[in-house]
Amino acid sequence: MNIHAIRAIYLFELGRTWRTLMQSIASPVISTSLYFVVFGSAIGSRMVEIDGVSYGAFIIPGLIMLALLTESISNASFGIYFPKYNGTIYEILSAPISMPEILLGYVGAAASKSVILGGIILITARLFVDYHIAHPVWMVTFLVLTAVTFSLFGFIIGIWADGFEKLQIIPMLIVTPLTFLGGSFYSITMLPPLWQTITLANPVVYLISAFRWSFYDVADVNVGVSVAMILLFMVICLALIAWIFRTGYRLKS
Amino acid sequence: MSAIISVSNLNKIYAGGFRALNNISLDIRRGEIFALLGPNGAGKTTLISIICGIVNPSSGTISADGHDIVRDYRAARSKIGLVPQELCTDGFESVMATVKFSRGLFGKPPNPAYIEQILRQLSLWDKKDSRIMSLSGGMKRRVMIAKALSHEPEILFLDEPTAGVDVELRRDMWDMVRGLRQRGVTIILTTHYIEEAEEMADRIGVINKGEIVLVEDKRVLMDKLGQKQLRLQLQKPLAVLPQELQAYPLSLGNEGMELIYHFDTQSEHTGIADLFRRLDEHGIDYKDLQSRQRSLEDIFVSLVSAQPPAGAQQATEVRS
Repeated sequence: MNIHAIRAIYLFELGRTWRTLMQSIASPVISTSLYFVVFGSAIGSRMVEIDGVSYGAFIIPGLIMLALLTESISNASFGIYFPKYNGTIYEILSAPISMPEILLGYVGAAASKSVILGGIILITARLFVDYHIAHPVWMVTFLVLTAVTFSLFGFIIGIWADGFEKLQIIPMLIVTPLTFLGGSFYSITMLPPLWQTITLANPVVYLISAFRWSFYDVADVNVGVSVAMILLFMVICLALIAWIFRTGYRLKS
Repeated sequence: MSAIISVSNLNKIYAGGFRALNNISLDIRRGEIFALLGPNGAGKTTLISIICGIVNPSSGTISADGHDIVRDYRAARSKIGLVPQELCTDGFESVMATVKFSRGLFGKPPNPAYIEQILRQLSLWDKKDSRIMSLSGGMKRRVMIAKALSHEPEILFLDEPTAGVDVELRRDMWDMVRGLRQRGVTIILTTHYIEEAEEMADRIGVINKGEIVLVEDKRVLMDKLGQKQLRLQLQKPLAVLPQELQAYPLSLGNEGMELIYHFDTQSEHTGIADLFRRLDEHGIDYKDLQSRQRSLEDIFVSLVSAQPPAGAQQATEVRS
C-alpha cells in the first residue's frame, strides 16, 4: 500500500480546508447557528415538545445531518473535480497508486472535514439549547458512517461532473430538498398517513431518524432499518465507484 | 545498451473510432536522450500518456525498467516522471507544497534536502512560498519539472518542454537535461523545435499518423539522409540552364543570380569537380560559393511529407 500517497492526498485536501477556512467551516457554522436562532429560539420557544424533546433540541440532529450531507458531498466532489478541471489529474493517474488508495485519500479527507464540522456544530448548538446524547458511541458511528457514505456519493458526482453547474445541480436540486423533507425540522409522524408512506422513499429520513435516536432515544423508523439503509446506500456508492475505476469513466480515455 | 522502455505492438483506438497509434514498437535505451518528433496529432502525446498510465492502451504491451505498466504498475510508474505539454498546476498552492505533494504521491518519504536541491537547481528556491498562480509561464514550467523530478525518477518524459518559453529558460532547460543524463536519467522528449532535438538528442524517433516512421541515431540519421547544397553566386544572371547542364541536379535561384547544386555526402563521387569543369566550358563565372548541410528539419519534413496516409502502407516497424 502506498501510504505516502494516501497521506499526501489526505493532507493536501485538509490543507485546502485551512486555506478556505471561511468557506469550509465558518460558513456552515454561521448558517446552522442562524437556524438555531430562528427555529430553535425564536419559533421553537412557541412550539410544543416533540416526543418529549424541546423543539430547539429536537432539530439539532437534523441540522447536523443537513450540514454533514451538504459538506460531505461538496468536499468530496470538489476534491476530485478540481484536479480534473485544472488538469492536475494527470499526476494522480500517473502515480504508483491504486484506485482504492486514491479513494481513501479523497473520501477520507472529505469525511474527516465533515465529521470535524459536525462536532463544531454540535458544540455551537450548546450555546443555544440544552441537549443530551443517549447513545454517544452510536452517535459518533452514525456521524462517521453518514460522512463516509455521502463523501463517496460526492466523489461520484465529482467524477461525473464536467462543469461547475453539474457539480452543484445534484446537491442543490436533490440532496438539499430531500434533507429538508427528511424530518430535519419535524417528526414524520406529524405528517398525514399518505405522506408518511411517501416520505419513507426518502433515504435521508433514515439517516436523520437514526441520528436523532442516538441523541434522544426516539426514532421515526426502526434503527435497524436505518442502519441497513445507510449501509445499502454505501454499498451502492462503492459499487458505482468500482465500476468507474474499472472502466476509467471520465478519468481515462 | 539495454532498453529501459520497451513498447511492443501498441495500438490505441479512441471511443469515437479514431486510431491514434498503429502497431507501435519501440525501445528506449537506458541513459539516452531520445527525441520523438512528429507533426501535430501524430500520436506523440498519446504514446507518452499510455506509457505513463494516463490513457489506456487498446492492445500491446509496455514495460518500464522490466516492469509491465499494467500488471506491475506500481514499480513501473515509480520509475517515471512526466512533464506534460499543458501547464497544469494548482494555482492556489505554494511551490513547496505542490512539489512535496508530488513526492508523496509517488510513494517517497519526505526529503527536504532533496526538494531544496531541486528548487535551487531550477531557480525556484526564492519562490518556494509563492502561490503558483503568481508565477510567470516560464516559472510555472519550472515548477512542473520540479514536480516531475521530486520522486527521483529514472525515466523522465518531457512533452514539449520548451513550448512558449524564452530563449534563456530554454538554454537552462537544455543544461538541466544534460545534467540529468549525466546522472543516468533516461530522457524522452517530444518537441516541435527541431533544433532542440538536433542539439540534445542521442537518437531521434519520427512518428506520423500514429506510426513510427523511423528511429535512428541522430548522427547516423543526419549522415545517412544528410544531403548538402552547394550555392554559387554568379557574376551574371542566367535566364535558363544551358542544355548540357540540365542533366545535373541543379536549380536557379535569386532571379538567376544563384546556381544551386544538390549532392549526397555519402556517395563516392559528389560530382563537384565535374560540375566546375562544365561551368568553365560554358563560361559561367561565379564570384562566391558556399555549401550547407541539410538540417534535421529538412530531413523531418521530407520524412513526414513522404509518408502516405495511415493504413495505406504496411506499418514501418523500427526496433533498435
